[in-house]
Amino acid sequence: MKKQPDNRAVPMSAPACPVPPTNYENILLAHGGGGKLTADLIEKLFLPAFGDPALDERHDGAEINIGRIRLAMTTDSFVVTPLFFPGGDIGRLAVYGTLNDLAMCGARPLFLSAAFIIEEGLPLKTVHQVADSMGKAAKSSGIRLITGDTKVIERKSGNDLFVTTTGIGIIEHGLKISPQSIMKGDKIILSGDIGRHGIAVMACREGFEFETTIESDCAPLWNQVEIMLRENIEIHCLRDLTRGGLATALVEIAETSGLRLEIEESLIPVSDQVAGACEILGLDPLYVANEGRFICFVPEKQAGAAIGLLRQSAPNAAIIGQATDTPKKDYSNIRVVMKTPLGTSRIIDRITGDQLPRIC
Amino acid sequence: MKFLDEFRNSDLTGKYLQAIKATIRQPWTIMEICGGQTHSILKYGLDQMLPDEITLLHGPGCPVCVTPIELIDMAIGIAGQPNVILCTFGDMMRVPGSDGNLLDARARGNDIRMVYSPLESLKIAENNPDKRIVFFGIGFETTAPTTALALKKAKKNRFDNYFVLSAHVRVPPAIELILSSPENRVQAFLAAGHVCTVMGYREYIPIAENFHVPIVVTGFEPVDILQGICMAINQLERGAAAVENQYSRVVSENGNSMARKLIDEVFETTSRKWRGIGEIAGGGLSIKPDYAAYDAARVFGPVVAKVEESPRCLSGKVLRGLIKPPECPAFAVDCSPANPLGAPMVSAEGACAAYYNYSISRQGPIGG
Amino acid sequence: MCLAVPGRIIEIAGADIERTAKVEFGGVVKQISLAVLPEACPGDYVIVHAGVAISRINEDEAKRVFKFMEQAAAANDESLSKDEISG
Repeated sequence: MKKQPDNRAVPMSAPACPVPPTNYENILLAHGGGGKLTADLIEKLFLPAFGDPALDERHDGAEINIGRIRLAMTTDSFVVTPLFFPGGDIGRLAVYGTLNDLAMCGARPLFLSAAFIIEEGLPLKTVHQVADSMGKAAKSSGIRLITGDTKVIERKSGNDLFVTTTGIGIIEHGLKISPQSIMKGDKIILSGDIGRHGIAVMACREGFEFETTIESDCAPLWNQVEIMLRENIEIHCLRDLTRGGLATALVEIAETSGLRLEIEESLIPVSDQVAGACEILGLDPLYVANEGRFICFVPEKQAGAAIGLLRQSAPNAAIIGQATDTPKKDYSNIRVVMKTPLGTSRIIDRITGDQLPRIC
Repeated sequence: MKFLDEFRNSDLTGKYLQAIKATIRQPWTIMEICGGQTHSILKYGLDQMLPDEITLLHGPGCPVCVTPIELIDMAIGIAGQPNVILCTFGDMMRVPGSDGNLLDARARGNDIRMVYSPLESLKIAENNPDKRIVFFGIGFETTAPTTALALKKAKKNRFDNYFVLSAHVRVPPAIELILSSPENRVQAFLAAGHVCTVMGYREYIPIAENFHVPIVVTGFEPVDILQGICMAINQLERGAAAVENQYSRVVSENGNSMARKLIDEVFETTSRKWRGIGEIAGGGLSIKPDYAAYDAARVFGPVVAKVEESPRCLSGKVLRGLIKPPECPAFAVDCSPANPLGAPMVSAEGACAAYYNYSISRQGPIGG
Repeated sequence: MCLAVPGRIIEIAGADIERTAKVEFGGVVKQISLAVLPEACPGDYVIVHAGVAISRINEDEAKRVFKFMEQAAAANDESLSKDEISG
């Protein structure tokens, strides 16, 4: 009897067992980590339950067509701890995170809603700081925060505040920006250096006490996308890097597009600070979270122009690889391959759960 | 970063590779002892670069992999007791015990914290005088002095709420076990560079002599590993069997005497079960009677562990270099980092995890 | 076993088992114990494992790795001697 490798070769259209095939009885933190367990939760539990073709796109936002108007809609929840960290806070994250998901659909962000779940006992001052931060972020992005909701739950630790933001944007170009639009030969462009957000938050939360402050890269991305659209760059796909890092974003896109992605390690920009922190903690920067970076897929002949435009605001932007065909037989289920600085190749795949610091 | 980037230089690795190819005349089997070296080999694809005559076997130098399941069960049991904060390195969080791992235990609400250094767990003890802080001390001789330092400071400052569960292990007895086995295929070793940074390499001289195997103390970056292999091949081709030091920028014959003194003050050699391998005489470090008050094994008493290893896990064979991970029938089929049958698939340094995460030829027994 | 990282000592404080240093790793600075490295001084490069510096890095020895390559390239020899390989 032919054995199946773990979840790798199961086609999307196969009949799905109603009970998700997982060895876990309860939700683990890793189910929210953006890696394999999150993917499992979405694929095997949520998607079958909702059964909508829009969800099958597996993109950051959904496109809504009303007559000739193309809108995009997206939602995200923010549960980061600590609430305040170098370079940002949960409020800023909540605004930029959702606006960026709209930008990744190629949609100009217009409106935002914000729902708060606040724990009894949280100082009002904290809520004020978060709200303030959100207001500033919304204004500086030129969007309107027009509706919201607040709930208070029973005291547990007196620390928690959760924010969910939903955004609506308008698509004013004729492109279909999604993994399915990627073509063989497209170049992969990375908008800046990776790993800042994850290290900033981890250092703060786990108390790793670096004397140098590493700041999150939390930032809005629409302006960079807009410049490229305005200059007629034929963007095929956009994806912002969040939890799970650059590696996970590449794997997700490779799987959805059905193509293989090839990147070169030496072309990936990593700041000295993040490199140093990752060396100490034994982390791979490719998997560390970001909040102000994205990858975009453009036709090879436009890659030079695109990178020129991005570098106007982001000197670290770089072309890191390209999309190719998947080989027909050998290693056909390997989606992302990275060339090391020594010229050898290694695979890039999702990791299980969160990357943990190590001493071994 | 200085002293890192230069040792990842592709020109240099290319040249060492040429040197290896120029020297080698026949097939040889070399084992790198340290999991960190295995990790580096697979991450940089060094195994892809080496000539076919060289077989690299991966050794048992992954303290996470060899920590006995009983100690993991004990750590989980201790974490479940009231007012206990269990501190551990991130490495241990996903290693399977008889009934789940530390991550599961944390999901159930136990206070389990990851630390970068045992000294951080000491700080937690200082800041939480009403709790009992237990540090899960895993690691080889490299890490033992850091645990010993934490214990010495605890004693000095009278942090009576601080305890250590020692799972420390020692390398030389494991090497002797491998070499003594009738199934042994290893003809030369790359010794663990950071263990030797602390311990020096004198202990390896009688091993090299008695078993007639070259032992090259080797670092962890691609240039180090290729130079180490080059030195080993050179000895093998000449029929030599000596201890050489490739990692001389950090390792000396006697190692770090202060660190060794600390280890001797706090720990004594003991027999220890290595997971997947079995009991190794002198293979572990336990806390001396002088520090009994801080010894979690004594204070928290034996925790009854129902020990259940998956019979399908072949980690013992992998750790002794008898098979490579892709040769295991369960590799990438029923055993993966998401659903590990044993420790080497979970540990960052485990050979199975390294193959799974990096190796482009990781298809496993069923092929492409 | 054993992730140990090279860093440069910027500043030292304390004595004996309480001796610590601010060590710079690439772009990041961290407080590290020098309890087992009493001879270390500011400016020294050290190898750090689990928050403790376990050895100084000998720059001359480090350079030998590169010297070997120059010799080997110059010699362009088929069979290399033991001394040449170990630098």
